[in-house]
Amino acid sequence: MDFRLKQEHLMAQKLFREFAINEVEPIAQEIDENHRFPEETVAKMQQYGFLGIPFSKEVGGQGCDTLTYVLAIEEISKVCATTGVILSAHTSLGAAPIDVYGTPEQKEKFLRPLISGKKLGAFGLTEPGAGTDAAGQQTVAELDGNEYVLNGSKIFITNAGKADIYIIFAMTDKSQGTRGISAFIVEKGTPGFEFGHREIKMGIRGSATRELVFSDCRIPQENLLGQAGRGFGIAMGTLDGGRIGIAAQALGIAQGALDKTITYVKERKQFGRPISAFQNTQFTLADMATEVESARMLVYKAALAKDTQKRYSLEAAMAKLKASEVASYVTNKAVQLHGGYGFIQDYDVERMMRDAKITEIYEGTSEVMRMVISGSILN
Amino acid sequence: MNIVVCIKQVPDTNEVRIDPVKGTLIREGVPSIMNPDDKAGLEAALRIKDKNGAKVTVITMGPLQADEILREAFAMGADEAYLVTDRAFGGADTWATSSTLAAAISKLDYDLIITGRQAIDGDTAQVGPEIAEHLDLPNISYAQEIEIDGDEIVVLRQYDDCSHRVRAKLPALVTALSELNQPRYMTPGGIFDAYRSKEVIKWVRDDIPVEDENIGLSGSPTRVSKSFPKAVKEPGMKIEKSVDESVQFIVDKLKETYIL
Ligand SMILES: Cc1cc2nc3c(=O)[nH]c(=O)nc-3n(C[C@H](O)[C@H](O)[C@H](O)COP(=O)(O)OP(=O)(O)OC[C@H]3O[C@@H](n4cnc5c(N)ncnc54)[C@H](O)[C@@H]3O)c2cc1C
Repeated sequence: MDFRLKQEHLMAQKLFREFAINEVEPIAQEIDENHRFPEETVAKMQQYGFLGIPFSKEVGGQGCDTLTYVLAIEEISKVCATTGVILSAHTSLGAAPIDVYGTPEQKEKFLRPLISGKKLGAFGLTEPGAGTDAAGQQTVAELDGNEYVLNGSKIFITNAGKADIYIIFAMTDKSQGTRGISAFIVEKGTPGFEFGHREIKMGIRGSATRELVFSDCRIPQENLLGQAGRGFGIAMGTLDGGRIGIAAQALGIAQGALDKTITYVKERKQFGRPISAFQNTQFTLADMATEVESARMLVYKAALAKDTQKRYSLEAAMAKLKASEVASYVTNKAVQLHGGYGFIQDYDVERMMRDAKITEIYEGTSEVMRMVISGSILN
Repeated sequence: MNIVVCIKQVPDTNEVRIDPVKGTLIREGVPSIMNPDDKAGLEAALRIKDKNGAKVTVITMGPLQADEILREAFAMGADEAYLVTDRAFGGADTWATSSTLAAAISKLDYDLIITGRQAIDGDTAQVGPEIAEHLDLPNISYAQEIEIDGDEIVVLRQYDDCSHRVRAKLPALVTALSELNQPRYMTPGGIFDAYRSKEVIKWVRDDIPVEDENIGLSGSPTRVSKSFPKAVKEPGMKIEKSVDESVQFIVDKLKETYIL
């Protein structure tokens, strides 16, 4: 057993770190403040192949592995969790399902442009009445000739409006329950497909979170992803992978907040000494660092499990549960050690604490992670 | 077109300190990077490759760890990489380095050789021009812009407060300034290929057609008399007063420091 990163991973980490510091960090504060989607950063990530990291070269990807992808999300989220989720939602939720479940034609038509940096992806499962209970889908898709007709709406969709290609779940046969759910590939611009309400959020404020509205939206039958009736399994399988991305985002937020705090406590003086001289500061930092490292171990392990095991739901759930709770804990302590300055917008930890919370909620809440984990160990 | 780019692994001088007793650089624990001027040179070569098509070969003389910057060059888009490494080459000054590199390059096909202006750990700016001398090539230093025009190269050369546009017949050698361009990032896939499917070719003493008296420490005539950190210029002071008051202010300051 070897906990060291390989040379290629170390160099990839160096690349992502440089990119994050030069391209992402300088605007992190501004896009949060203005709730602005960072188009320019997405364009740069597209230019350098960041949108296709874990996919094979045959389909236009970079030919790297899940660990490399995790390192990218981690380094980027260290400075900007908004940019982290844009990349994670695109890769794990928008592109990955086509890679896993798509036909060769679908891969050529939709996956290649997604991962070679021409298009952006998104994933629409959640509905007003179907959150944690994703099986309660109300959106319907009816076959009419050689087209499916979609009706319904999705909420809280990351990258909505900005993405070109959407993985959409809908009921094709209500009588079958979860076996009646199917997955579709829907392109932006398809008549009957509109973007609705834009959410104003506590954190990751630069990311786009919007409603998708389908009214008699006709899509060709060949855009059915996987078999009809297998959509729920596709959604759950996709989320297993997505959780590793979100776990990496949470890990990055936590590490970023820890780094900022280490710098701050050495500079800030009270009672004639830097506050790092107080044992409370030291012990708090020790706990924070230990938590971050334990989260990292689970996240990297889940990444390796995804590439080597048939099933990795358990590893992904543990990684996301731990990393997201660590992100909330560490950012909270980071603000505490910054004192009043931590509560002020000029200091990054203020944003990081707000950003951390969502990692405990999306792509399955922490409660859902506990259900997955307990279900697995009691089984 | 064949372009050879000389690159060097250097300690990141932003993080380096000087040993107060020995006067040498403390390199322990300091991260290594590709010398910034060299990286700009590599980027210039890759842009020529993108535009006109070219084979870009990178070469470095250094210890085995210098492998890392060659992989980095692969990940940016270089086609071939050579690591000139041998104990016999150790301790080389600019003369021994340029003799060794020139001899190594003489084994390669080249139309254009690009080096950085200077390495941030030595700041001599000698190796590039010396390689040109050894290989009997025209040399244009301090390139701010590089353009290929048929079998010639046109370079905008920085020169104190002005620039010269200089033209030379290829093959030629150009030394690049880091201001030349903004080097591209590596790509993740490029990094994987660099480590998994590309090969760095190692050349040892016997592979290089160079005389013993021109290599390594014994082939290095330079003696360092003193190393010291660059004196940091204090920021200036802006005086917004009338002319008379300003003159008086300056005179007072000069008296204060016993200059007047
Ligand atoms: C910023 C943002 C981005 C998002 N991006 C996307 C996206 O790109 N695509 C997408 O499809 N969705 C997306 N979502 C939706 C997200 O995945 C859901 O919000 C999440 O799954 C929770 O669903 P809900 O909001 O309906 O909460 P609810 O399901 O109503 O849950 C409320 C609370 O009840 C708990 N709970 C629910 N059921 C149980 C149970 N059986 N046992 C114990 N506790 C339970 C939950 O854990 C939670 O604490 C996003 C959400 C946000 C806020």
